[in-house]
Amino acid sequence: MPTMDFQGKQIEVDDDGYIINLDDWSKELAVHIAGMDSISLTDAHWEVINFLRDYYKQYQIAPMKKILVKEIGKAMGPEKGNTKYLYELYPGGPAKQACKYAGLPKPTGCV
Amino acid sequence: MAKDQTPKADELFSTIDYKAPEKSWMDTPVEFKPGTFCHGSRPKYLELLHMPYPKEWKPGEEDWKLPENWKEIFLDGMAERLKKYRSFKLFMDICVRCGACADKCHFYIGGGDPKNMPVLRAELLRSVYRKYFTTSGKLFGKTAGARELTVDVLRELWYYAYQCTECRRCSVFCPYGIDTAEVTIIARELLNLLGLNTDWIAGPVSNCYMKGNHLGLEPHTFKSSIEFFLSDIEDITGIKIEPTFNRKGAEILFVTPSGDVFADPGTYTAMGYLMLFHELGLDYTWSTYASEGGNFGFFTSNETAKRLHYKIYAEAKRLGVKWILGGECGHMWRLIHQYLNTWHGPADFLEVPKSPITDTAFENARSTKMVHVAEFTADLIRNGKLKLDPGRNDDIKLTWHDSCNTSRGMGILEEPRYVAKSVCNHFYEMPENTIKEYTFCCGSGTGLNAGENMELRMRGGFPRANAVKFVRDVHGVNTLGNICAIDRAALTASMDYWVPGIRVAGLHELVANALVMKGEKERTVNMRNEPLPGKEAKE
Repeated sequence: MPTMDFQGKQIEVDDDGYIINLDDWSKELAVHIAGMDSISLTDAHWEVINFLRDYYKQYQIAPMKKILVKEIGKAMGPEKGNTKYLYELYPGGPAKQACKYAGLPKPTGCV
Repeated sequence: MAKDQTPKADELFSTIDYKAPEKSWMDTPVEFKPGTFCHGSRPKYLELLHMPYPKEWKPGEEDWKLPENWKEIFLDGMAERLKKYRSFKLFMDICVRCGACADKCHFYIGGGDPKNMPVLRAELLRSVYRKYFTTSGKLFGKTAGARELTVDVLRELWYYAYQCTECRRCSVFCPYGIDTAEVTIIARELLNLLGLNTDWIAGPVSNCYMKGNHLGLEPHTFKSSIEFFLSDIEDITGIKIEPTFNRKGAEILFVTPSGDVFADPGTYTAMGYLMLFHELGLDYTWSTYASEGGNFGFFTSNETAKRLHYKIYAEAKRLGVKWILGGECGHMWRLIHQYLNTWHGPADFLEVPKSPITDTAFENARSTKMVHVAEFTADLIRNGKLKLDPGRNDDIKLTWHDSCNTSRGMGILEEPRYVAKSVCNHFYEMPENTIKEYTFCCGSGTGLNAGENMELRMRGGFPRANAVKFVRDVHGVNTLGNICAIDRAALTASMDYWVPGIRVAGLHELVANALVMKGEKERTVNMRNEPLPGKEAKE
């Protein structure tokens, strides 16, 4: 199992760098993982991460992209409720990159 | 991320090279190139499925942590399957290496690696067969095309078994009818005896086993996804739809791949099902247990596929429905059509499906009791039961991608075209040798649609994309229709890569756009919330 050094601890991650144990997640860890992609997390990023984590708590999976788009639009204003805005924040894709920072597993199957 | 390392399209295209390697194939060792193979299966999934030899392993590394007696396990497994599957024995024996299949594989066309020629891919296993199971091979070894099973040979088998999408295009051209997909299927089974699966396959299989679908959507999540679509449908049409879940006594159970209720553009197709069934007043139910049409178990082993498959029928029995309607899924149909009867016998507790709207009895589904939604809708249109306004799709210039499993696996060729042409005014076929039974694979089937093998996927997707590019250039085609969830996911990526600007759409998304519903408000947007033709905002 690959691991990542963080605050003197070894955090287990999968081959794509997603954390394995969701309990290992912390805000500081999110900042650290984003830093490895040279992204510094702003309030706008956190809005997405917080929504993802809340959704995951309720549904045990990351939300569909269109749910994310709609909810961010509701929270941040309609001009931000679109895929383009989310890709500006997360150039690696809101589903993949934002989930990685939020400490959620990536969805698999016919997707 | 692996995706970022994928070369740009023109760069990748320039590396396609059909030149033969300097040495003979047996002397050309396998090279694990990044971007062309998937991560190894994690132990937690195999443990959950009670599959052998769970372990942490990396396909690209030398040490695969094989059990000491791995060779014996592999060869015993092979002997068992040679006895059990007549087809496998036959396909090991009869190839005359005529080469008719050699240039028919999408991975070979898009990559140029000779071991992706179907004949050679099968030869990787045939050579082992000759060595241990034929007299000539035992006596004459290499001269008779036989070779020892070594760790390097095992690695090579793995690499190429996961560079075949079991699409069966090659089998259409084989004068003997050798189905190389079946050789790959057995190769993967044998590798699974040693715990050598991929994570992208083992994950969905274990999710499906535990929660009923590949994504691991729990019942309340599945339901909430559909409810989200209902709110979009109400915004678009003004119509409130209230489907039922797990309802006993419904006439019909509806089953579709979970990708349709989770990932764009499949979600628009799911909205289409909901709208169509509502308009018909169909007495049907969704199930949060049989919440997956697909079966990644099929990419693992026959036993695993069989184990996952039956939930659809168990649920039909539990709910007491009369028959099953199946959505736009690919390999679900191959399993229903070609495997169900062998695995579980005819579903005699159900009735021969009969459309409650047209009274058409689907005699072709007499044994499986499961009707494809494209057949169902084609029958509705043929009997004049739907009010359609194809003009709402006038911004679409459509071409049709036949999904490997539904076309070659069960002969669904004309029904989707009939429906598509009824709901779209502009329809253009791709060249003949790339459609219907000659269709090119999306390049990412059989569980190869992961992220880390993107270069392989784009190479495999090249021949299909090239045919799409042709109709785009000649006819201005802008949309690629299909009836498979992996297609919708995979073609979206390969079109963005090779032919940017082409949109990928499921059949029932197109139906939903054109469907005139009783009591609907004036439609101004399509399923994607974009303006319909003629309804664009005025400057």
